[in-house]
Amino acid sequence: MAELVLMKGNEAIAEAAIRAGCRHYFGYPITPQTEIAAYMAKKMPKIGGVFLQAESEVASINMVYGAAATGCRVMTSSSSPGISLKAEGLSYIAGSDVPALVVNVQRGGPGLGGIQPSQSDYFQATKGGGHGDYRMIVLAPASVQEMASLTIKGFNLADKYRMTSMILADGTIGQMMEPISFEDAEIEKYEKPWALTGHENKRKHNIVNSLYLQPDALEKTNFERYERYKVVEENEPMWEEYMMEDAEICVVAFGIASRVAKNAVVAARAEGIKVGLIRPITLWPFPTKALRAAAVKCKAFVSVELNMGQMIEDVRLATECKRPVTLCNRAGGMIPSPDQVLESIRAAQKGE
Amino acid sequence: MAVVFEKPKALTNVPLHYCPGCPHGIIHRLVAEAIDELGIEGKTIGVAPVGCAVMAYDYFACDMIEAAHGRAPATATGIKRCRPDNIVFTYQGDGDLASIGMAETVHSAARNENITVIFVNNAIYGMTGGQMAPTSLPGQVTQTSPYGRDVNHCGWPIKVSEMLATLEGPEYIARVAVNNVKNVNNAKKAIKKAFQNQIEGKGFSLVEVVSACPTNWGMTPQKALEWVESDMLPYYPIGVYKDRTAAKEGK
Repeated sequence: MAELVLMKGNEAIAEAAIRAGCRHYFGYPITPQTEIAAYMAKKMPKIGGVFLQAESEVASINMVYGAAATGCRVMTSSSSPGISLKAEGLSYIAGSDVPALVVNVQRGGPGLGGIQPSQSDYFQATKGGGHGDYRMIVLAPASVQEMASLTIKGFNLADKYRMTSMILADGTIGQMMEPISFEDAEIEKYEKPWALTGHENKRKHNIVNSLYLQPDALEKTNFERYERYKVVEENEPMWEEYMMEDAEICVVAFGIASRVAKNAVVAARAEGIKVGLIRPITLWPFPTKALRAAAVKCKAFVSVELNMGQMIEDVRLATECKRPVTLCNRAGGMIPSPDQVLESIRAAQKGE
Repeated sequence: MAVVFEKPKALTNVPLHYCPGCPHGIIHRLVAEAIDELGIEGKTIGVAPVGCAVMAYDYFACDMIEAAHGRAPATATGIKRCRPDNIVFTYQGDGDLASIGMAETVHSAARNENITVIFVNNAIYGMTGGQMAPTSLPGQVTQTSPYGRDVNHCGWPIKVSEMLATLEGPEYIARVAVNNVKNVNNAKKAIKKAFQNQIEGKGFSLVEVVSACPTNWGMTPQKALEWVESDMLPYYPIGVYKDRTAAKEGK
């Protein structure tokens, strides 16, 4: 049997990153993700890696950009206000097609907001955040085990598609402890002929760049990038289905909200309501096919979110507005109770 | 036939886009000559800024990256920390380095990051068409200081070399100019030393090159070089502001 260790969610990300071959971490302190930096500060010097506390989130993401351009596995982590500051670098990383892993342990917003868990950066993560046309692979862990496994997966996908993988976690999963295993970690290796390594007088110089003053040339890079994104959309959506076989009501929830939703689904089943849960694990690419299939047999959808209703737009798009979609939410760092979700399920069952 | 003058190997054959009379060409050449003489092109990685030198990645023959505005020292830090055996330099203007990128500049110097920074100070934003820079002189007329820089309204120009020299961190801080042959020769020596320091692992070396912008200053190239001598250099005196190794050796 795989060995289990008891870890905090944030530490699981850090340990998983090291196991994935990440030896460079650049960050700036912010609650509630600081355990990642603390773990890296302790471990990296002992394994020949680099932990560097930058002067700002802006500097740290640009350090990540430079490191990623050399072909290193590199990461940074932050929480919501810090991710806004990193948006510039995320856009440059996307425009330059270099791979990186960025962690957002979300807290309530907007502005300085609070430090309690939230999912209110869904739009920022899945629709952009920085300027220009680009996508990030957005992975939403719902357990400490997934904090680890999706971190490793995130590094693999980033290298495979030369783009940013973002772990979109929240303060709850970041702070809570659960037993986890690292034994299934599979590290994929990719050639990086584009990397800045010094040409050693053996090849033409490599240039990592996102500037194209000729509009037709810039357009070409955009179209090529979106061809790559199409492959991601085709091959990489991940989701979990729970009690969906005979479901008439479909609850959609990711991350910590999905765990509350699961309890509510069990409670609703006990009342005889045929309800199931679809939990997107990748928020981009969104599991559109799963939702579209559910829309054929389910009569209503309930989107459970820790925000004012962000993923619900993607649920409506995926189901092509064929069924009613209601929102069950709390915001600002509050978490819905299973009873609140249960009430929403009952209402959906009644067609309310 | 003896070759008496040729293009440095560390420059590509791409024609420079700079305006007539712009000293960027001279400064590019000095950097490239230093790279050639030290034999480090194969392991050098350059970081281009946002500003007039934004396309420097096409001109230097070594591996290159284009950084976000002001972030070149952070990007260079990321590169150097991953590949400490490579030589990493940034090439930045005054808006890039001393305005939007001041935090990155100061902190990479404070960390004594083992990189080389070439800082071109021509007291104006060139690429965007001649706006006031953090180094524009008191009274200097620019597009955004049309009545002359009023220090009571928008503050004083920043003396970057003097300021950085107050830090414990950096190894070498020098200011040079490229307005005459003698100054160009001295600039070359300082730039080469800034690379040599990195090769020897000594740490952060910054060379501030006082330059000219005939186009946006509204002067002929000749007049612009005279203005460097008469107006720029009195405010930004040439000199070595910090040299830790020389200080240790009592020089």
